[in-house]
Amino acid sequence: MRAALLIAGKDLRERLRDRSAILIAVVVPLALAAIFSLTLHDVTSGSITFEYALADEDAGPVATAFREDVLGELERDGLVDLTVASTAAEARTLAERDAVGAAFVLPAGLSAAVASGRPATLSVIGSADAPIAAQVAGSIADGFVAELNAVRLAVATAIASDGGVTDRAALAAAAAATPRPIEIRDVSVERRELDTETFYAAGMAVFFLFFTVQFGITSLLDERRDGTLWRLVAAPIARSSILGGKLLTSFALGLASMVVLVVTTSLTLGAEWGDPAGVALVLLAGVLAATGVMALIATIAKTAEQAGYAQAVAALTLGLLGGAFFPVARVGGAIATLSLLTPHAWFLRGLGELAGGDGPWAVLPAVGAMLAFAAVTGGVALLRLGRMVEP
Amino acid sequence: MQRAGPPVLECTALRKRFGDLLAVDGVGFTIAGGETYGLLGPNGAGKTTTISMVCGLLERDGGTVTVAGRPMTTRSVEAKAAIGYIPQELAIYPDLTARENLAFFARLYGLPRAAVSTRVAEVLDVIGLADRAGDRASEFSGGMKRRLNIGIGLLHRPRLLVLDEPTAGVDPQSRNSILGSIEELSDSGMAVLYTTHYMEEAERLCDRVGIIDGGQLKAEGTRRELVALVGETDRVRLSAAGELEAGLAACLVLPSVREASRHDDGLDLLVDGAAAALPGLLAALGAAGVTVRSVDVAEPNLEAVFLHLTGRALRD
Ligand SMILES: Nc1ncnc2c1ncn2[C@@H]1O[C@H](COP(=O)(O)OP(=O)(O)OP(=O)(O)O)[C@@H](O)[C@H]1O
Ligand SMILES: [Mg+2]
Repeated sequence: MRAALLIAGKDLRERLRDRSAILIAVVVPLALAAIFSLTLHDVTSGSITFEYALADEDAGPVATAFREDVLGELERDGLVDLTVASTAAEARTLAERDAVGAAFVLPAGLSAAVASGRPATLSVIGSADAPIAAQVAGSIADGFVAELNAVRLAVATAIASDGGVTDRAALAAAAAATPRPIEIRDVSVERRELDTETFYAAGMAVFFLFFTVQFGITSLLDERRDGTLWRLVAAPIARSSILGGKLLTSFALGLASMVVLVVTTSLTLGAEWGDPAGVALVLLAGVLAATGVMALIATIAKTAEQAGYAQAVAALTLGLLGGAFFPVARVGGAIATLSLLTPHAWFLRGLGELAGGDGPWAVLPAVGAMLAFAAVTGGVALLRLGRMVEP
Repeated sequence: MQRAGPPVLECTALRKRFGDLLAVDGVGFTIAGGETYGLLGPNGAGKTTTISMVCGLLERDGGTVTVAGRPMTTRSVEAKAAIGYIPQELAIYPDLTARENLAFFARLYGLPRAAVSTRVAEVLDVIGLADRAGDRASEFSGGMKRRLNIGIGLLHRPRLLVLDEPTAGVDPQSRNSILGSIEELSDSGMAVLYTTHYMEEAERLCDRVGIIDGGQLKAEGTRRELVALVGETDRVRLSAAGELEAGLAACLVLPSVREASRHDDGLDLLVDGAAAALPGLLAALGAAGVTVRSVDVAEPNLEAVFLHLTGRALRD
């Protein structure tokens, strides 16, 4: 153990000297997490707020229904932030200048047209820079129009069946005002999931973890190439402590980078990792799994270069499949099931449980899965590692 | 160069096979404290393979190794502790300073933490790197790297120092200082196992030399003993031009010529009683169409011994 610690200490010193380890372990994941969470915030976040403008030139009952019941409802849910424009032109300008994501224009005579069964137009002007907001605005309008058409059909049916109805306008207005707000389902509350900042902080952390740990175990191949391995083998220490030292280096590098990333993303990106004890368990298990997987690949490779390529391919594949870049769990289906074959997916799932506000015990299934990865891959690696110290 | 007590290294009948190749075949020798033993042989002779088995790096296919009374295996911590191993290829950490390289191995060899810095400073003095101790090894010249490579093997004051061609690719000045250090270490009572394919180094350093070729120890002894194997035979080096192949054949039929081989610009001969045989030899060469430019007659050396034993020059 003493020799393993000595070797790990020496390795860490070397790794800190050549800056690439720090770059891969901390700088790059932090930068990517920041970029992703800033640019993709609105797309993936469960708490989206779309900014819309509304020009109500109609001021009739249909317009009021749209404004109060449809947009008003969404505004109360915090999904929409509404700016009222006095004219259609003003609303259009707001959208064109990207001050809002889209503008709704309810033209004069809309209510009258609906009431009399004449064609009516509700226009939506989208901002070019906010295609998603514009698309959502389009679906809100579509939903409302579909509702109106249903009502109109009902009114027409009512008129046809009962000629006694005289106040068609009043009936139409009453029907349109029926409180049946358009439902917009919030997809993110379906499962327990990380908010955008935390998702990308965690995703990048676990993705680069697999690159970071390889600096430890792969240095065995470097030492083999550089001949220093024979000095270690000639030294009065057990061969297992050479392997132990390398695994220890991987583990220490991985854990240190994760701790640094958790702290910095919490402070700078506003990531919320959740219960500290639970996070610690997930990190430990994740680092062990990454070390095991990368050690296994290192034992299959013949040279440090070969190992580097193979490990990069594995880290990339597992990372993409495991949902480090895109929340595959949300997609569901085969890919979500397949992702469970990666430690990354379990890592993110464990943190997802914590995001639900649960205590540390909620992570145990995910931690168990990652430890299983670590045990299987690490076990096979240890069996094979022995031949790496033979001349 | 006092030799005393039981041997520090004793190995018998070492054997190692790589696939079809018997790389080491029945090699055995002993080295006493204060004695320097040289393994002299050409490329691929089996020197490194022998040393790897002596140091417990490589499993043996046969034979025994005992270091300071302890049996050596690939897992024998005690036997390994008695050896200072200096690999043929540079084996240092380029991103660490000279001092850090030394301190790491000092601790790996079990020096107590408190003793490390003193011992490292001593070794830095011995290898002449005290003023560059804080510089990274990657910034060193080739000779300085070699000296650091050697220094690492000295840290724990081993009973047996094993050096595998430590002067390969070193400028003459560094080579001289390396050979000087080894002589001093031997004088201090250390047993030294030294491999080389430089005959001059073996002659200068080694109390006894083992001549190895094709994995086998062809002969072993002091320089005097080995030279005696060649007998009253002188080494004749001819610088010559013309029909060298025909000259070679003509020489070999002369009764006084024991061995003959070609080199780039002439012939190497082992000749019984060179002074008397020389006129006849030159006449035969002239008849064969060889123009002799100069003749160099020398007492036999280890090179001649090698030629005598194997029929080949040490370096082709
Ligand atoms: N690991 C190995 N696998 C297969 N063959 C090997 C291995 N190591 C050495 N050999 C072969 O064994 C023979 C002896 O090699 P060795 O390295 O011991 O020679 P050497 O005397 O040290 O030569 P040099 O002066 O070039 O260092 C050579 O033919 C070499 O090719
Ligand atoms: Mg060699």
